Amino acid sequence: MGIEGSMKLPDAPATAAPERGAAQRSYYRHSLAVRLLHWINVVALCVLLMSGLQIFNAHPALNWGRSSYTGAPAFFELAHGFPSWITLPGGHWLAMGRRWHLFFAWIFVINGLTYVIYSIASRHLARDLAPTRTDWRSIGRSIVDHVRLRHPTGEAARRYNVLQKLTYLFVIFGLLPLVILMGWALSPRLDTVVPGWVDVVGGRQSARTLHFIAAWALVAFVLVHVFEVLISGVINNLRSMITGRYVVESEHADRTR
Amino acid sequence: MRIARAEHSRRHFLGRLGAATVAALLAGCDAASRSAWLPKVLGVGERASRSAQRLASSRRSMAQEFSPADLSPQFRSNGTANPDNPEYQALAATHFADWRLKIDGLVERPLKLSLQELRAMASRTQITRHDCVEGWSAIGQWTGVPLSAVLRLAVPRPQARYVVFHCADPMDAQGTLYYESIDFDDAYHPQTILAYELNGALLPIANGAPLRVRIERQLGYKMAKYLMRIELVSSFANIGAGNGGYWEDQGYEWYAGI
Repeated sequence: MGIEGSMKLPDAPATAAPERGAAQRSYYRHSLAVRLLHWINVVALCVLLMSGLQIFNAHPALNWGRSSYTGAPAFFELAHGFPSWITLPGGHWLAMGRRWHLFFAWIFVINGLTYVIYSIASRHLARDLAPTRTDWRSIGRSIVDHVRLRHPTGEAARRYNVLQKLTYLFVIFGLLPLVILMGWALSPRLDTVVPGWVDVVGGRQSARTLHFIAAWALVAFVLVHVFEVLISGVINNLRSMITGRYVVESEHADRTR
Repeated sequence: MRIARAEHSRRHFLGRLGAATVAALLAGCDAASRSAWLPKVLGVGERASRSAQRLASSRRSMAQEFSPADLSPQFRSNGTANPDNPEYQALAATHFADWRLKIDGLVERPLKLSLQELRAMASRTQITRHDCVEGWSAIGQWTGVPLSAVLRLAVPRPQARYVVFHCADPMDAQGTLYYESIDFDDAYHPQTILAYELNGALLPIANGAPLRVRIERQLGYKMAKYLMRIELVSSFANIGAGNGGYWEDQGYEWYAGI
């Protein structure tokens, strides 16, 4: 982390020409580790979703309970499964879908664990993601801002807003562990670690349903995430996740220049 | 305004670049799936899962057993429902009176056991969940002879490492017969039984009569139906296409614990 630490200048000098009168300056927003882990995660999640839909298509129905044949009908069913343009591989090929899925599941879990360990060790979690007391007090205003698609500018844009923090925390410590755990529940061998543990969620078919729902909840998160990236300065956001540099319009242009 | 327009076209370009990249990546993934190297690379995941699962659970870890209330109203028949094989049909016509289970290969005492002889041995009854690779599960009650008891009768030789199940059901136009294989951890597992009863009745033809194997810590395709012969081998490289089972030869994993 030595190189990164030295790159993490508190306030880099203004580089860009003033636009509409405001001064711009960039700062180092995302560490190399976060950027790398983020993009590996993008690839892993895409492969997992698409190969997961390939696997789903082998039995395109969802049940609740210990088995698929409990006497109760499936509560969700797709006559023809998901279209081949969204599955990996395209077309019906369960064996290859499983290979993709079970390989990238490892990448995804190792990547996620690395992220969590890094975030705790580097204080990324405590510094950037844990909501402060001020955050909690501003939650109402943050909701209104989001609904109106208003985004913080200047100094305020340097920090994650409270809804953003809570969403990231919910995804990192809620959805992602859930999708992994429910994936494990589908393994007949892992079910033997403590026989019957899958009954905690109602049985293996309930776990399969939750795995599916959690996956789509992640898709919903990604859609909102990408939408927010697009409307709050796509170039700036993308640059900060590739090079680390994020530009803010300075409110104190006089002093910094 | 000029800046805004430049920004706009830049975004437009980025969008198109992104779409083109995604399309190229997807085509690449599909092409790679049909390559010789990629399935091998991805197979690393399977080996990692097998090792991790063996660390996470003991060799003798037990699959969950259920109560009669959990039984599926009808146990789903998948794959072959009635083998299109004259030899098998002749055996079925006399209710398998002439059927014999052969146990051979790397054993000291090759055996031929009738259904009556198998039924005379100590049996185990278990209500377990059958997890198909397709994603569905069904719960059934199985009664049969522990495979370990049969193996003890046959006395495996020290070189024997795998148990291969040869079946009566043809899988394709060439008449390739179904086969499967497991290692000794699963072969001697207490829940690995040669089942002749399902839900308290004779095993129906649709579910593998007269005998099918139950391997409760793996997926359904490991649990060969219509058993004819059990062969002990040191390697399955020379059986079928060499991957240890009919579906394995079609690209499915030999280890089906996940």
